[in-house]
Amino acid sequence: MQPLRPTRYIGKSVTRLEDRPLLTGAARFVADLDFPHQLHMRVVRSAHAHGRILGITTTEASALPGVVAVWTAADLGDLPPIPIRATAIQGLPPYRQPILARGRVRYVGEPVAVVFAESAYGAEDAADLVVADIEPLEPYLDVCRAPAEFAPGLTSEPTIIRKGYGDVDAAFQRAHAMVALDLSVGRHSAIPMETRGALARHDRARDVLELHGAAKRPHWNRDQLAEMLSMSPARIELYENHVGGGFGVRGEIYPEDVLVCVGARRLGRPVKWIEDRREHLLSANQSREQHHRIRAAVDAEGRFLAIDETLLHDQGAYVRTHGARVADMTIGLLLGPYRVPNYRAVAHYRLTNKTPAATYRAPGRFEGSFVRERLIDAIAQRLDLDPLEVRRRNLIGSAEMPYVRGLTALETEVILDSGDYAGLLEKALVWSGWQAMSRQAAARRAAGEAVGVGFGMFVEKSGLGPSEMVHLTVHADGTVEVVTGASSLGQGMETAIAQIAADTLGVDYRSIRVLHGNTNRIAFGFGAHASRVTVMTGEATRRAAEAVRAKALAFASELLQRDAAALDVVDGTVVAREGGGPSITLGQLAAQLAPASGSRGDREPGLAGTAWFHSKHMNYPYGVHMAQVAVDRETGGVKVERYCVAYDVGRAVNPAMIEGQIVGGLAQGLGGALLEEFLYSEDGQPLSVTFADYLTLTAREMPPVAVLITEDAPSPLNPLGLKGAGEGGVNAAGAAIASAIDDALQVAGLVARLPATPQYIRSRLRELEGGAA
Amino acid sequence: MKPAPFELHRPTTLGEALAILGRVCDEGGLVLAGGQSLVPMMALRVVYPPHLVDINGIEPLSRIAVEDGLLTVGATVRHAAFHRPVVDGPLGHLLAEVSRHIAHYPIRKRGTFCGSLSHADPASEWCLVAKTLGARIHLASLEGGRVLEADAFFVGAMTTAREPAEIVVEARLPVMPGAATFGFSEFNRRAGDFALGMSLVTFEIVDGVVVDPRIGIGGIEEMPRRLPRVEAMLADRRVTDTEPAALAAAACEEVDPMEDATTTADYRRHLAGVVVARAVGAAVARQARKD
Ligand SMILES: Cc1cc2nc3c(=O)[nH]c(=O)nc-3n(C[C@H](O)[C@H](O)[C@H](O)COP(=O)(O)OP(=O)(O)OC[C@H]3O[C@@H](n4cnc5c(N)ncnc54)[C@H](O)[C@@H]3O)c2cc1C
Repeated sequence: MQPLRPTRYIGKSVTRLEDRPLLTGAARFVADLDFPHQLHMRVVRSAHAHGRILGITTTEASALPGVVAVWTAADLGDLPPIPIRATAIQGLPPYRQPILARGRVRYVGEPVAVVFAESAYGAEDAADLVVADIEPLEPYLDVCRAPAEFAPGLTSEPTIIRKGYGDVDAAFQRAHAMVALDLSVGRHSAIPMETRGALARHDRARDVLELHGAAKRPHWNRDQLAEMLSMSPARIELYENHVGGGFGVRGEIYPEDVLVCVGARRLGRPVKWIEDRREHLLSANQSREQHHRIRAAVDAEGRFLAIDETLLHDQGAYVRTHGARVADMTIGLLLGPYRVPNYRAVAHYRLTNKTPAATYRAPGRFEGSFVRERLIDAIAQRLDLDPLEVRRRNLIGSAEMPYVRGLTALETEVILDSGDYAGLLEKALVWSGWQAMSRQAAARRAAGEAVGVGFGMFVEKSGLGPSEMVHLTVHADGTVEVVTGASSLGQGMETAIAQIAADTLGVDYRSIRVLHGNTNRIAFGFGAHASRVTVMTGEATRRAAEAVRAKALAFASELLQRDAAALDVVDGTVVAREGGGPSITLGQLAAQLAPASGSRGDREPGLAGTAWFHSKHMNYPYGVHMAQVAVDRETGGVKVERYCVAYDVGRAVNPAMIEGQIVGGLAQGLGGALLEEFLYSEDGQPLSVTFADYLTLTAREMPPVAVLITEDAPSPLNPLGLKGAGEGGVNAAGAAIASAIDDALQVAGLVARLPATPQYIRSRLRELEGGAA
Repeated sequence: MKPAPFELHRPTTLGEALAILGRVCDEGGLVLAGGQSLVPMMALRVVYPPHLVDINGIEPLSRIAVEDGLLTVGATVRHAAFHRPVVDGPLGHLLAEVSRHIAHYPIRKRGTFCGSLSHADPASEWCLVAKTLGARIHLASLEGGRVLEADAFFVGAMTTAREPAEIVVEARLPVMPGAATFGFSEFNRRAGDFALGMSLVTFEIVDGVVVDPRIGIGGIEEMPRRLPRVEAMLADRRVTDTEPAALAAAACEEVDPMEDATTTADYRRHLAGVVVARAVGAAVARQARKD
């Protein structure tokens, strides 16, 4: 690692550059955009979970004044289905989602027809008049049952993923003890404040198709749309506006994104679609629904000898852009911070007649941490050991880093790059006052309350490659423009990137303008997901800034007649390190490097640079969640009284923003642990399609949260040591809450399913205590 | 989530409102009060009223007054009007306490007491109050007016005896005696959600024994109602003579709970006992504070 210059911004909680428009109402979300003569699109959705389409009647809808077109699948020609981001997993393409249902409907909410009208109201009126004649078929809803038929010759289990190493059976044979659990996580997902939205127009003057409302992965989406629409990527531009949260769900290619594009091209008018909340709860990617049958073989000290895991993954009705990633990564990353000598995992990836599933913040890890930490608690219980001690005994040591797992996840080899898990555990215990917390909980239990504390350790993953590119340009007024192909979902990336650029270059971070997510400004980009932006764009930015700084110093050294090594850049001005003497601003240098400038000489025009950062491996931040809960035995209600998260982020670029990520993530994690669930009736009708039924956590349920950010294990994979911070707040929330509820009720293994609703807790108490409700 | 087309009428007198409603109710025209239930249902296209008769501009309907031992609550009196006691004695405090369990602040600033009664949600706090305290509901139509006891007004889940052409103009609640006490207990999954189960209890202690005990439950069955058998356990005895556990058990036995996808009848049955015992406990504690 090269020595770094002292930093002025990195590590400081400087205020966010992106906040002014957001706080003053000047921000522009896709719903705020309008183009003259635009049409409004409304999707007609299936009311059946599974059925054969006998016919769709659109005559009445088409006749409604203001309706311009009503299309069904037959009108779309051979438009290809929603694409999948390729992985090594084969066999998925037959299960892709058509843009409009063809022949069959497979979930309630599936697009079957689309209306284009002069107003959003009119479009919705017309959509009401489209009649889909559907012969209901038996829905397949429970992945614990044998797979059904998806289509003739295709089962509803497109693939089975297997991972592992060592000899699991032999390990079980010589084990001191065996623990087996049956655990499940309910279906829930991201509820961004801003629902999805898309506005497409064909700019005939430039012969370019513009799509506004892009998020997360603009470049990949552009390329896929180009292929689907048989266009050149050079003729499609995706624009990212302000984005009100993504969490994995926003910014994937959905049928609606394709439909607005097709509509705009064919109808010759801009087409706008803004998802309503009910649609969001019906049609945006859902996540998390998994069943785990897991067994551990342990020695007498509670050390793992082997883990044998079977995952039944509920993918919903179709394979969408993520393919089988969530199932794959669940078993690839299941082991967290522990040493497990033998491992065998089988993931059954099964389609059901529910809304399709994909990633949601900490995909596979919220679920996996719940399962793994439940397992450790069960081992401790079985062997009558302190659960903390069992964890300590199994943690991978810092001397073992980098630790090669012998597994893959997200198409990369899992190599834990750095970490001092035991060190963070001890720090967290002291910092949180864990001993006192446990003692107080015990005292309150003795006095009759049901109060408990719980714990969850986890390893996150971040900084997914493969690449990111940054163009950095200094303008003549000193403003620095950083253009990246990554995007912003509101997470504060503009500020983090500006901090890194500012420190590297030697300028005020407020003089930096970060441009992102617009495919017409940069040819390549991999977007915002997998906690990758600060790592990937951050390092590419650092490299570009280094190059620009070097160019500035070389040129200034000539102009100022000083050795470049004697010069420094301070606040945007090149000055002598010892002070005194002549100086020149970066802006002035940029002016002198203008193409027509006489002083430029043979130098490449512009004070600008481009840099790439490539990474084949993810890096692995880690942390500890600790919860204190009070359970109302009579109602089953859970109140989270206190929560602590300790998280090692390698290098904290902006601690306040990291804290924000953790606390925000935790709100979602607690929602998944206690409240949120998409329920379906026996005939596949979704029951959680309004906020009265799909319960997200509110300010009232959010406990006071303490966050400890440490930098003990910088990533060796990039010079700043950066790791991501987007998902650690969610990761072990289910694990810690489950454990705390068990402790409060003094019933080990009570929580075997999330969310732990009052109804669930009551029924478990009854089951375990034998009758007495 | 955009409503289907409708025509909005904004009468300023009751007579005008009744005339319009009389004209449009057969095609599904509805009264618009606070809109906190109706408008979301229109946005979700669960209902398609072609006409709305907005009663918010009818000045006299905003009346709230005490006359002849009755608290009169006009049709446009908002939930939030009860945040502070509107009447002296326990009733004012009871309504203030209960009002804070209804939805969230912005909704309480708009939603109305009479709208809640008209809507008749099984988990409506005001419906529970109306049933427990014995409210009278005053209805008006072009044909004239009528008054229904709460027992006759509520017919089932989301159904009342109100005819489509009738407007609930006000509800009247008996003012509670100064010596009366009350207790309220509600359980829901999040603050502001509709109750999974709740109970409102009132009684008076005369000569050391419980007089006129009223034990209402809401959110458990299709309509809130009183539990006469549990009430009988309390009546004419010292409160301390009845074990909370016995009350809870009796309540569980007396109810015939609803079931839905998230909540089994068993859970609700058990919860009925819990909230009844807690509400009685709260009433006793309140009484003790007064003594
Ligand atoms: C998020 C949310 C949470 C809520 N939580 C609760 C809760 O915890 N407890 C609770 O009790 N309520 C709750 N509500 C409902 C709220 O209290 C409503 O205000 C109430 O149910 C209806 O009153 P309104 O004045 O808004 O009636 P509106 O919505 O205007 O009307 C409701 C129905 O009653 C009819 N109607 C209204 N007034 C009259 C009248 N005077 N004469 C004849 N018909 C009439 C209308 O035609 C309509 O059919 C909640 C609402 C929301 C949106």
